[in-house]
Amino acid sequence: MKFGNTSIGQFIPGESVIHLLDPRCKMIGTFVLLTALFMAGAPWDFVPWVFLLAAMPRLSRISMRAILRSGRPVLFLVMFTMLLNVFWTPGNEIARLGPLRITEEGIVSAFCMGVRLYFLVVFAAILMMTTSPMAFSDGLERILSPLARLGLPVSEMAMMMTIALRFIPTLFEETDRILKAQMSRGADFESGSMIKRARSFIPVLVPLFVLVFARAENLAVAMESRCYVPGGHRSRMRPLVWEARDTKAMSCMVAFAVFSFLWGMCLPKIASICLDML
Amino acid sequence: MSIKLDGVSYAYNVGTPAENVALDGVSLVVERGEWLSIVGHTGSGKSTLAQHLNLLLSPQSGTVSVDGELVQIGTKAARGLRRKVGLVFQYPESQFFAETVRDEIEFAPSNWGVKGDDLKSCVDEAVSASGLDPALLAANPFALSGGQRRRAAIASVLAMRPEYLVLDEPTAGLDAAGIRDLTGMLSDLRERGMAVVQVTHDLGVALERSDRVLALERGRAVAEGTPEEIASYLAENPVKGLLLPPCASFAHRLRSRGINVPLTSGAAAIAEAVEKARAVMR
Repeated sequence: MKFGNTSIGQFIPGESVIHLLDPRCKMIGTFVLLTALFMAGAPWDFVPWVFLLAAMPRLSRISMRAILRSGRPVLFLVMFTMLLNVFWTPGNEIARLGPLRITEEGIVSAFCMGVRLYFLVVFAAILMMTTSPMAFSDGLERILSPLARLGLPVSEMAMMMTIALRFIPTLFEETDRILKAQMSRGADFESGSMIKRARSFIPVLVPLFVLVFARAENLAVAMESRCYVPGGHRSRMRPLVWEARDTKAMSCMVAFAVFSFLWGMCLPKIASICLDML
Repeated sequence: MSIKLDGVSYAYNVGTPAENVALDGVSLVVERGEWLSIVGHTGSGKSTLAQHLNLLLSPQSGTVSVDGELVQIGTKAARGLRRKVGLVFQYPESQFFAETVRDEIEFAPSNWGVKGDDLKSCVDEAVSASGLDPALLAANPFALSGGQRRRAAIASVLAMRPEYLVLDEPTAGLDAAGIRDLTGMLSDLRERGMAVVQVTHDLGVALERSDRVLALERGRAVAEGTPEEIASYLAENPVKGLLLPPCASFAHRLRSRGINVPLTSGAAAIAEAVEKARAVMR
């Protein structure tokens, strides 16, 4: 049982082009890209996306292996969606397995679904890997700030998110420590019936909750002693500044989204014109 | 009868940018009935070493054997041997989960299937060995004072009748009186034949009572010997984060002026030596 090596979209510090972008630019840009990705409905629509992914290690200075690995947690979901699509799409039947039929359309749509989901997660993970949790919540706060006028506590929500993200690794560490401590007192988490195994986690969960509450209380005191007031107007040490490179990056991302959309629209027509000429 | 570590190495986050070598070829023998202190500054690998003694971590290279039996982690044997080697984690009171101190102390032995009268005698033994007030058995562990909590936590490990007791920073967060009581209790346990392994960054505590001291620096064992040997080694070769206690460094200065006094001898003996030297000078 080990929690130390979780790296699902964990921030990897760096100084790459993508790292240096304004978080707002990255978030809105990713949103635009992912929307365009959703438009891709045919296998050849993904060609530009493969090229974009291939450019990522160079732009983000994160190894291809780490980027591809970030999609691993959803691999099961991807497989499941693909299976459902293969068997449940009506169309030209090409094979039959009892009541299950495999259709040409099913295979195509399973492929698209799978690739789309995987790309979606991978691009979202690149955003998380290149944006520090601090920058991320800062950016989110600024993007959502118009909603503050409607009475939504945007900056408090951003603060909560920052704190929650900050404490995830700490909680993993604490859990690991308590697990080990109870194991050294002979606790056995791996054998016995389901109920017995679930019960064996009580000696882990109780101390964990006690710790979390103690930590929360300490943190609250520490924040109050530094004059944190919910709803108070906080100034920033490093205000987000939208620079020329952010405008450029944003333009590139929008251009790419438009291009991939047009590619998806025009490719079949161009292909059929070419075929006609032959 | 001993725990033997041979060339043990261990690194965290292998293969990532955060790779961190905690232990680098450490060999060590813990004999039954001795008090061994493992000293080192934060990050020297001493907690990782403690977890190897208890078979919670298995070495990436090298071997661990307990009483002559080579141990592989994850096997039934490892879990059985874990009972022989009690490990008291740092701030052990943070593992409390039960409603009464008695339930807390019964947890470890009952995990190994001890029942009925045996269980009761396990608890009674542990309570008397740890110096816990038996009246507190019915109390809620979260309601105890700091020192009592520490005792209850140690009792909860002693209740499984280990033959080796490994403690990670047992004195952390205790006041001077608490530290004195705790080291007294550990001495008593050693007198009864239990091996005591104390992992600490506090040289004062380590030099005072141990039979043997092992100093770690960045995952390597840099020195091993009696407290006196270690004190004079550290006086000559300072290790980052390991400060000699004031008496020892004073004794070391006296030595350089020709007054020969053991480094671990304590304030009274040093005063006596100085007095003698003055008499000679006159």
